[in-house]
Amino acid sequence: MSVHKLHTSDKAESHSADGALLSLRGLGLAVPAGKEWRPLVEEVDLSIGRGEAVGLVGESGSGKSMTARTVLGLTPPGARVTGEIVFDGTPVTGADQRALRALRTRRIAMIFQDPRAHINPVRTIGDFLTEAMIANLEVPAPEAAARAVRLLADVGITDGERRMRQYPHELSGGLLQRVMIASVLAVEPDLVLADEPTTALDVTTQSEVMAILDELRRERGMAMLLITHDLELAAATCDRLAVMYAGRIVETQPATALTSTPRHPYTSGLMLSRPSIDAVVHRLPVIPGRPLAAFEADDGCAFAPRCAHAQGLCHEGRPPVQELDGARVACVRAGELTLQGES
Amino acid sequence: MTVFLLRRLAGLAVVLLVASFLVYGLLYLVPGGPMAFLLGNRSGTPEQIAAIRAQYHLDDPFLVRYATWLGDAVRGDFGSSLVYRQDVSALMSARAATTTFLVGYSTVLIVVVGVAAGTLAGLRRGRVDNVVSAVSSAFLATPTFVIGVVLVIVFALGLGWFPVFGPGEGFGGRLYHLTLPAITLSLGSAAFLARITRASVREELGREHVETARSRGLAESLVIRRHVLRNASIPVITVTGLTVASLIAGSVVVENVFALDGLGSLFVRAILQRDFAVVQAVVLVLVTAFVLVNLVVDLCYKALDPRMSR
Amino acid sequence: MTALTTRVRGSLGSRARDGASRAVRSLGPLGVTAAALLVLVALVTLLAPVLAPYDPDQPDLFNALGGASAAHPLGGDALGRDVLSRLMWGARTTLSGPVLIICLSTVVGTTLAITAAWAGGKVDAIVSRLLDILFAVPGIVFALITVAVLGPGITGVVLGLAVAYTPYVARVVRSAALRERNLPYVAAAWVQGRSAFAICVRHLLPNLRPLIIAQSVSALGFAVIDLAAISFLGLGVQPPTSDWGLMVKSGLDSATRGQPLEALGAGLLIVLVVAAVIVLGDRLGQEEGGRR
Repeated sequence: MSVHKLHTSDKAESHSADGALLSLRGLGLAVPAGKEWRPLVEEVDLSIGRGEAVGLVGESGSGKSMTARTVLGLTPPGARVTGEIVFDGTPVTGADQRALRALRTRRIAMIFQDPRAHINPVRTIGDFLTEAMIANLEVPAPEAAARAVRLLADVGITDGERRMRQYPHELSGGLLQRVMIASVLAVEPDLVLADEPTTALDVTTQSEVMAILDELRRERGMAMLLITHDLELAAATCDRLAVMYAGRIVETQPATALTSTPRHPYTSGLMLSRPSIDAVVHRLPVIPGRPLAAFEADDGCAFAPRCAHAQGLCHEGRPPVQELDGARVACVRAGELTLQGES
Repeated sequence: MTVFLLRRLAGLAVVLLVASFLVYGLLYLVPGGPMAFLLGNRSGTPEQIAAIRAQYHLDDPFLVRYATWLGDAVRGDFGSSLVYRQDVSALMSARAATTTFLVGYSTVLIVVVGVAAGTLAGLRRGRVDNVVSAVSSAFLATPTFVIGVVLVIVFALGLGWFPVFGPGEGFGGRLYHLTLPAITLSLGSAAFLARITRASVREELGREHVETARSRGLAESLVIRRHVLRNASIPVITVTGLTVASLIAGSVVVENVFALDGLGSLFVRAILQRDFAVVQAVVLVLVTAFVLVNLVVDLCYKALDPRMSR
Repeated sequence: MTALTTRVRGSLGSRARDGASRAVRSLGPLGVTAAALLVLVALVTLLAPVLAPYDPDQPDLFNALGGASAAHPLGGDALGRDVLSRLMWGARTTLSGPVLIICLSTVVGTTLAITAAWAGGKVDAIVSRLLDILFAVPGIVFALITVAVLGPGITGVVLGLAVAYTPYVARVVRSAALRERNLPYVAAAWVQGRSAFAICVRHLLPNLRPLIIAQSVSALGFAVIDLAAISFLGLGVQPPTSDWGLMVKSGLDSATRGQPLEALGAGLLIVLVVAAVIVLGDRLGQEEGGRR
């Protein structure tokens, strides 16, 4: 176990050497449950380059959202963070409150899943958009308001002046999420953490909002960590994908490679269990069983109980991460399996 | 907003009308009818009885008498007291000042102590929270008159810091004399308000939009002020208003503990002396005040919470 | 003894023990303390004639405003009556009144609420308006109005408070009954041809019972406070009957003359009983909340 750990962190080291914006090395997060620690995220290695979009894909409870929150220090009360987070060459883990705040104000911004819950319902849209600019960047209020209206126009809200005076309950979910995106653009961060930005929206507005987000961040050269359960969406918008299961990353590959030749049985399963317009099937294949949280997994590969390819070896210890034709995959049988990708 | 206000005012008028009708009509439910009241324990001569019947228009139909009474009451004329041989409105206005001062003083105490303690307990877990919770539970279970009597025994009789009875002269004297009564009236309500405040601060702290504010690197003090406390203030202000309304009822008891000559003690004396004109008038004033405070609370709630206004 | 009887006996015994331990667990240590205190007070109330060392109404000039002594642990009141005995006897009036108030308001409130929830439409509208109007008058003021009509005394106060408490019961029960009414089992019983009355009594009421009990227990605490307050004002229980509220009043006079034990004893008992009742109501309410 310890040998394996050394091995992975060596790899991560080499990754950050080529100037990654954000790199997570052996990141772990555990919350107290009675007298024990209950792990939610374990040994996550991930890096994001400048301007790069990385998708973190997994089912609910896989720890993907927690991973993103840990970067900003938004962990549950009493939680314990292990491993290392390095942002732009500076370690974030163990940083004091002031350093963390500086990071949040200008460099990393987060878009949350449910804008209706994540925007204060009793303050106006204008307040929401200008608050951070005025309080953190010391922009004078009239200028902040003007900038907010321009940002609203950027995200496709034309009657910004009027919207600024409205309250969240007067806007649709799609509009609110655009407001949230505008508020993130306002501080021009280097990295956007987008936590399921379209999941809470109507299907019809999902692709619109995602397109706006993707286009604007490319224009401004911002990197993005897209957290989603939707592998197809992630593949369409991101350069690289990481698949998470039970608190661990099981596979990392460039987006195109991952969809054509998945290396982990779980990734393949995710891809096959998704309906597609092109292929008519009578019944979608499903991954049997239910997804596990990190603390529910036993000693072996956490996916083994649901895996069609599991063998005796799979139940003995966590599978180490191995390099395989540019992919990083945590499956002992990755080399011998040929898995089905995009149909 | 105007429509809402008009609707509420109409509702208020209906409630007051029904209340006034009941209060006036109750006189006729009494065994022996209104004469029994008006005569009290005296047995009048036929001339006296005839005079009273004429004075109170007892020979008119009931509804006519009610309408006359209500019409006078709206203009501030509640008739005259049988016991004091004085205008009821004069009797009340002399005493309303004491009651208003007492309720106002208590309101200030409740808001300052209750909201502060509740906010503190909400923001800080651990010892502060436990102490505030325990103290507020204890005060919640203690009736105002018991608090009053204990305060008198300890601070007025025992330590001699405060006068035992009487309302005092001038603003300073009033403030000093009414301190123990106001504390008495406010402790239970302050405890209640502290609990509500604590609960709503806790609830807001856990809200997603607070996480957003934190994720944007806003200073913690700003997050607390602009997002936690601003949002928590909505239920707190509502409950404060309702609590103030209940103080109006509570003042009846407290005035009696401290022998303050306010509306409440006038009310209790009038009941004991069967001075029905006074009883009717005080009830009407108390109910009106209670209902008005409730209306103000509703208006505040609507003004504070944009989700409520349309 | 055969194996069978042992088994039956064992299971019966353990079932009783299970029930008791479940109650203890759900009440928590504070809840158990509160329940124990109330049981103790109830026992003293019932056994007052046996336990009280003196006749509560017997004046004794030598004990007038007397301090604590071996003969009179809590001293005497202004007339020299034994304070301890008066506290024991006083529990009867102080506590039976509120119990009566709660019984009356619960029965009336529940009936109104279930009728309104079941009938809906106009009946519901009328009942709701009626409750709104009652809400507009503070409970204690309502009770004082009743006293004004019927004259001072426990009857008027109990009636007045019972009416004043009714809307609080009715509001809670009505919303729960509305929720319950829309559950499928009610429709199923209806389809089976059961009468409305039978459904209300056989199904609705038992399902609402825990809620009604929790609500009543909490309200009991406030009834004790309100009734004692009115007696304190001199409009409820009339002297020379012993009553805690009255004793706080007369004790205040005694206290100005140097004997604070009467007021403090009666006040402390009221606080303890009310606190215990509130704690118990809270626990029952939590359990009810957890069940839903």
